[in-house]
Amino acid sequence: MQPISSFTSRTVVLPFTNIDTDQIIPARFLTTTTKEGLGRQAFNDWRYDANGAPKPDFILNRPQAAGCTILVAGRNFGCGSSREHAPWALLDYGFRAVVSTEIADIFRNNSLKNGLLPIVVDEQTHGWLLAHPGVSLKIDLQASTLTLPDGTAVQFPIEAFARYCLLNGVDELGFLLQQADATARYEKTHS
Amino acid sequence: MKPKTLFEKVWEQHEVAPETADTPAVLYIDLHLIHEVTTPQAFAELRSRGLPVRRPDRTLATLDHSTPTDPAEVFGRVPIKVESAARQVKEMEKNCREFGIDLLGLGSDQRGIVHVIGPELGATQPGKTIVCGDSHTATHGAFGALAFGIGTTEVSHVLATQCLLQRRPKTLAIEVSGRLRDAVTAKDVILAIIGKIGVSGGTGQVIEYRGSAIEAMSMDERMTICNMSIEAGARAGMIAPDETTFAYLEGRRFAPQGDAWDSAVARWRKLQSDSGAQYDRVVEIDASKLEPMITYGTNPGMVVPITAKVPDHPGDTIHAKSLAYMGLQGGDALLGKPVQVVFVGSCTNARLSDLEQAARVLRGRKVASGVRMLVVPGSQQVKREAEARGLAQVFTDAGAEWRESGCSMCIGMNGDVVAKGQYAVSTSNRNFEGRQGSGARTLLASPLTAAAAAVAGRIADPREYLGS
Repeated sequence: MQPISSFTSRTVVLPFTNIDTDQIIPARFLTTTTKEGLGRQAFNDWRYDANGAPKPDFILNRPQAAGCTILVAGRNFGCGSSREHAPWALLDYGFRAVVSTEIADIFRNNSLKNGLLPIVVDEQTHGWLLAHPGVSLKIDLQASTLTLPDGTAVQFPIEAFARYCLLNGVDELGFLLQQADATARYEKTHS
Repeated sequence: MKPKTLFEKVWEQHEVAPETADTPAVLYIDLHLIHEVTTPQAFAELRSRGLPVRRPDRTLATLDHSTPTDPAEVFGRVPIKVESAARQVKEMEKNCREFGIDLLGLGSDQRGIVHVIGPELGATQPGKTIVCGDSHTATHGAFGALAFGIGTTEVSHVLATQCLLQRRPKTLAIEVSGRLRDAVTAKDVILAIIGKIGVSGGTGQVIEYRGSAIEAMSMDERMTICNMSIEAGARAGMIAPDETTFAYLEGRRFAPQGDAWDSAVARWRKLQSDSGAQYDRVVEIDASKLEPMITYGTNPGMVVPITAKVPDHPGDTIHAKSLAYMGLQGGDALLGKPVQVVFVGSCTNARLSDLEQAARVLRGRKVASGVRMLVVPGSQQVKREAEARGLAQVFTDAGAEWRESGCSMCIGMNGDVVAKGQYAVSTSNRNFEGRQGSGARTLLASPLTAAAAAVAGRIADPREYLGS
């Protein structure tokens, strides 16, 4: 995983609440055995009609969405299935952060492990972002801030260990493998 | 000593290293359930790092999600129709072979939906930590286990280390009191709970279901309750083990035997929340007031009693979007709405007692013309028992399709799908847009309500189909 520090992008807004992982990537695309190439199917059924043609009204098909890496979405983003294909699809599409007032637990965990930043902000900031699609935001992981166009820096919560891993591009499996002795001791006393 | 909740006891017994300000807890995992859809990339990760599976003996593998339910495909008389699914099944067989994991494969008479076979084989036990790359892993909490869904990266962590890094969640007690009325089932109770606390009401929390209504439930019913915890946003739901739990487990394949059984039961009896234990939040439900429930929208929190009308929220564009997808309008009656598909199955409602409920309604009746009814047992063992007890005959006599076990129409990735625009009354767990097939319109309900809809050809009150 590449280390993440800070980046700036315009936003794309999906103002709906409870966007579940079946919308982010429908189950019929989960019969893959790799992580790659899922971006094409991100939001598939909202993005394409039954013949596979892009729906012109959907935001990701509009010119202003091109190059945006920050997705602003309604409350409880990523609920439902545990499929890690959801963050894989969003990352492969080009997103690097999702901003909402609430992000579902399993999706949040899966995102952190792949370098997609789950950013939870207060209602007021969120309301402003929903009402102003396409604004440019700066995300600084070291400072854990999201900076609005007027220069206001909004703090977002992120678990210390996950932040350390993201900033340094290290993965958790390496850390867990170092616990092998402690695990062996645990297994001896708890069999 | 400070009184502890059931969750706290199980959590603390599994800390290889407790959490600190800088690092999450290292939590030991007793049982890892794996299936074909969320593991290929995890095995690839182990391969690329040259790592073995640390505890194949603590890993239980099956095929369910993308696996077909048509007997001809399952038993190899014809090729699996969904080609990518066929490749996934092959990949799972190869991964299990190469990493030394026993797979309950296509030919196994113990294969089935991962959350049905874990309990059925006695692998699911009180006090265990259980994970699976599937959000409905919460099901196993019905036994007093701490069970939750994980992503594929975490699957690779458990395969390689038998541990996970976790921050401790908060606790939510849901007290369900009172006696259920006739035709009101565990499914109606959990739908009512989700309707009350909302689809994110349990986020960041582990739910403990307690109270007289829960204590009176069978294990099958408790599993239905815990199964849908994730639909309220909670990764795990738990119920304290009791005599009902022990009676269910005794004698099953992986359950302790002989003296080991007695000492296990003695240990399990301690897995109760202590009196005075504090929860972060408590919610109370009076089950005696509940009616059969049905969903009308595109998440499981959009649910009403079956006799109610579709709620009207003028000006709420998100509600309107959901109703537009469903082809419904605020103020519409649900009763009488024609349906084209009825699905009885899934890890929520495909155990033997669920099939018995559906058969109560279907016995001596026919599925209405123009309705396709699919009955998919949760496991091959459930299938055999349903056949031995004559339930399968009831279904086929009524004109329903009787299949091999699997996730089937719950997830629309294995060949079993609802067509665009069709209404399906389903005993599964998710009514998300496209969940049962692109453009499919799902109404979640109990097996009784589903069977009533099949007979009537429209949404019907199951109470009209049950003899007094």
